[in-house]
Amino acid sequence: MALPPPDPQFVLRGTSAAVHALHFSCGGQEPDVPVLFSGSENGFIHIWNLKTHRVDAALDGHGRTSVYCVQTMGGKDRLLSQGRDQRICMWDLAEGRTSVTDSVCTENVGFCRCSLAKVAQGRWLMAMAARATEEVQVLELPSKTSVCTLKPEVGAKLGMPMCLKLWQLSCGSQPLLLAGYEDGSVVLWNLSTGKALSQLVCHQEPVMSLDFDSEKAKGISGSSEKVLSIWSLNEQQNLQVCKTHKLVNAGISDITIRADKKILATAGWDHRIRIFGWKKLKPLAVLDYHTATVHCVSFSDHQNPSERLLAAGSKDHRISIWSIYTQT
Amino acid sequence: VCFIPGGLDCSISFVSHVLGKVCVHGRQKEILGVLVPRLMDLTKSDCIWQRICWRLVECVPDRWMEAVVLGFVQRTPGADVLSRLLGNLVVKNKKAQFVVTQKLLLLQYCHTTAVLQNLLGYLALDGLRRPLLTKVLQELLETWGSSSAVKHSPPEQQQYISKAILICLSHLKEPEIESCRQELLTSMMEGVKCHLDSSLPQIRRLGMIVAESISSKINTDGPVLKFQYEEDDEARELKSLLVQTPPLCVVPSLPDDDRNEKAGAALPLVLESDKKSHTVAPVMPVEESDAELDSDDDLIPYDMSEDKELKTKAPVYIRDCIEVLTGSEDVDKWEATVKALESLVRKNPAATKEVSVELAKILLHLEEKTCIEGFVELRQRAQVAVLTTDPIPVAKYLTSQFYSLNYSLRQRMDILDVLVLAARELSYPKSHGKTKHSGAQKPCIQLLPGSDSSKDWRRIVDERIKSKTRRFAKGPSQGELASSPNEFSSVAGHFFFPLIQHFDRPLTTFDLLGEDHFVLGRLVHTLAVLMYLAVNTVAVTAMGKALLEFVWALRFHTDSYVRQGLLSCISSVLLGVPAQHLLEDMTEELLETQSWLGDVVEKDPDGDCRRLALQNLLLMENLKKKLEPVPS
Repeated sequence: MALPPPDPQFVLRGTSAAVHALHFSCGGQEPDVPVLFSGSENGFIHIWNLKTHRVDAALDGHGRTSVYCVQTMGGKDRLLSQGRDQRICMWDLAEGRTSVTDSVCTENVGFCRCSLAKVAQGRWLMAMAARATEEVQVLELPSKTSVCTLKPEVGAKLGMPMCLKLWQLSCGSQPLLLAGYEDGSVVLWNLSTGKALSQLVCHQEPVMSLDFDSEKAKGISGSSEKVLSIWSLNEQQNLQVCKTHKLVNAGISDITIRADKKILATAGWDHRIRIFGWKKLKPLAVLDYHTATVHCVSFSDHQNPSERLLAAGSKDHRISIWSIYTQT
Repeated sequence: VCFIPGGLDCSISFVSHVLGKVCVHGRQKEILGVLVPRLMDLTKSDCIWQRICWRLVECVPDRWMEAVVLGFVQRTPGADVLSRLLGNLVVKNKKAQFVVTQKLLLLQYCHTTAVLQNLLGYLALDGLRRPLLTKVLQELLETWGSSSAVKHSPPEQQQYISKAILICLSHLKEPEIESCRQELLTSMMEGVKCHLDSSLPQIRRLGMIVAESISSKINTDGPVLKFQYEEDDEARELKSLLVQTPPLCVVPSLPDDDRNEKAGAALPLVLESDKKSHTVAPVMPVEESDAELDSDDDLIPYDMSEDKELKTKAPVYIRDCIEVLTGSEDVDKWEATVKALESLVRKNPAATKEVSVELAKILLHLEEKTCIEGFVELRQRAQVAVLTTDPIPVAKYLTSQFYSLNYSLRQRMDILDVLVLAARELSYPKSHGKTKHSGAQKPCIQLLPGSDSSKDWRRIVDERIKSKTRRFAKGPSQGELASSPNEFSSVAGHFFFPLIQHFDRPLTTFDLLGEDHFVLGRLVHTLAVLMYLAVNTVAVTAMGKALLEFVWALRFHTDSYVRQGLLSCISSVLLGVPAQHLLEDMTEELLETQSWLGDVVEKDPDGDCRRLALQNLLLMENLKKKLEPVPS
């Protein structure tokens, strides 16, 4: 007899606006406190202390426009945030400071979350949607120099890039970019040549979110329809669809695979968070807590597996924290 | 009677005379009961005996031929036996031909299906007789297709003729059908039209079944006519007549077998191709071998049974409902609103009263936007809820719309149904609780409209007549029922009089006395129920008087459904109006009605009408007896 789904371990309230972005930073040693960064529609980035469940600090750097992406750059002292004011800001949060050290003007009015990848110590690559509609620009940080601009060929009609994922097989090897577009296709780009290596149409509707497992060379994408699409990358660097999974209700806003590659979580427009096993996409649980669309999900990066958490941010202003499948 | 064996030359005419005389005197059963089995055995293989038998019947004088032939046809167990016994009598003897082809089929209708089978099978068995079969079929079809026959002949006769047609069709072979295909088609089209025009569901169904059968016979490969009707024993029996059982079967069994074989062969092929498709087409080369250990197994799924599709919420306020139903493009919301409307209306009577007429208007014009299950019922229940919450203005609106231009017949009948259901609800004692009575009598939605509701009322009237003391409310005695004022009494007049007002005023799209006699029938039945439910109300006497006059004006209507309704009206008047008022205010009308009822009992072609008229006369008798001890 299957157990009923668990309740959230705790719920963070206090953002007073829809939560669009979440990022954990729990890898530090004692006396470092595990924190969760959240970006809200009212322009604030809240830093939640996961021990006290309270907000430690609120960062206001995007002129009260919605913050839809937050990521850390190697530890919780360096934060990167992206907002609807067409800026990507880099913050210095060490020793209680809350200042913007640098910012990049993207000139893009879309919703595409940027993607970060560390290529060397202190050097990062960041992929973001560029000013022209179908283009993706890759910058090197902190120098902010442009590495390449990825333009689809003329007449490809891919639409806006909706979601990006930079990855590399191992640290130091050639980074590649996976981009999901408005027409439902996922394209694999080679950054050095600036050319598309493979294009795969996985959805009839825009690809809302994707995630990729570089070890297995398998990825998953979700869209505004009822289907999750799992695809893989073969030796010739070609994308192929492995299988599709039909959902009960349409619409996925976010997908994320846990670091141990065992499970993945999807954030749905039907207010529910679904957990699947990554190997065979076996449905494991449906977490029904929120009363509005869930915008983002994120897994924590705790060193100790039993402390791992899953966070989900929703339009109902709440962030639910779950402890699920921590035994494996 | 014993026969001299071997005497080939002996004259049998004396025997024929005896046989004829006995049969004519009505003793067919006795003599043929002995004769026929003997003859059956004797003629089985012996040609001589067959010829003797034929001589026997041929020599029967014409004036007794009918009785003899009828007796034989009724007695013999099968068409082949009849063929052996009678031979080609019908071809040789004019009188026999007349009896077999005309009298037994067209002029009489009391015989059983077995008799029909015998008769028509007999005609089909011999080449000399087959032309008669075709002729018979044509004549039957002519009768079947004539509109006056459909209107005026009793349903039993129509059923008999339909059966005969079906049996004829089953005997006809392909070339014969080919030769008369055109005539079959024309008569089928005409016949179907008259049958579907009728107000009685039984006649309609007969027409549909026969038309389907004819169509299937003449278009063996093309699309055939297919109607939707209630399948019950009668329909199944009729359809079974189409297929003849062996050994008489004209349709060879081979094609059936062929078809079965082909179907059987098709199935394994399909299965094979399925299997092939599984192995041949690996779309994904990345097929993890099943041998690999599935480390997902240690992740135990949680219970996901609560994971269902999201439902949109229905609005909670009546005015929101109105907004959604009139304007909204959101179909999910529209569906949710339609489903929730009835309960909302009942829970918020004050809010409903403010917008009752508007809501009634919207509901009357509401069309099915999406495919909801039970849309018609949901709409009807919502309408009834609105009508019972605010009876007077909504009744005024609905009755005025009944006689307005540009409504479909369906909408007008909806109005009538809603009025009846609401009247029923209003006149029930409230202490029973609202939930019960909606289950006791189903609302009148059906594909063949009219049949359910009229049966209900007839049953009610019958019950009343049987025992005056029995309660009309449902269920066995439930102790003392708490009495409460009859809510229908104050509004009965508003329901009733506007409906009766304009029935003789034709509009361009709606002519009650003309083509739309079906709606007239429904209107009459509705008035009967409203009259009945108005018992013990103040307006009942006035209603009764108006109703009797209405009945008097329409009493010679040709449609039997309308006449049945009129007779139900009279029953309702007799049961509803208190006896004293009946005698004081309506004596002349009652006397006139009584003489009309007597006429109906004797002369009306429809069995139901006669029965109802008889019941009414009984009611009148009871009335008189009741008042006897009271000195006038």
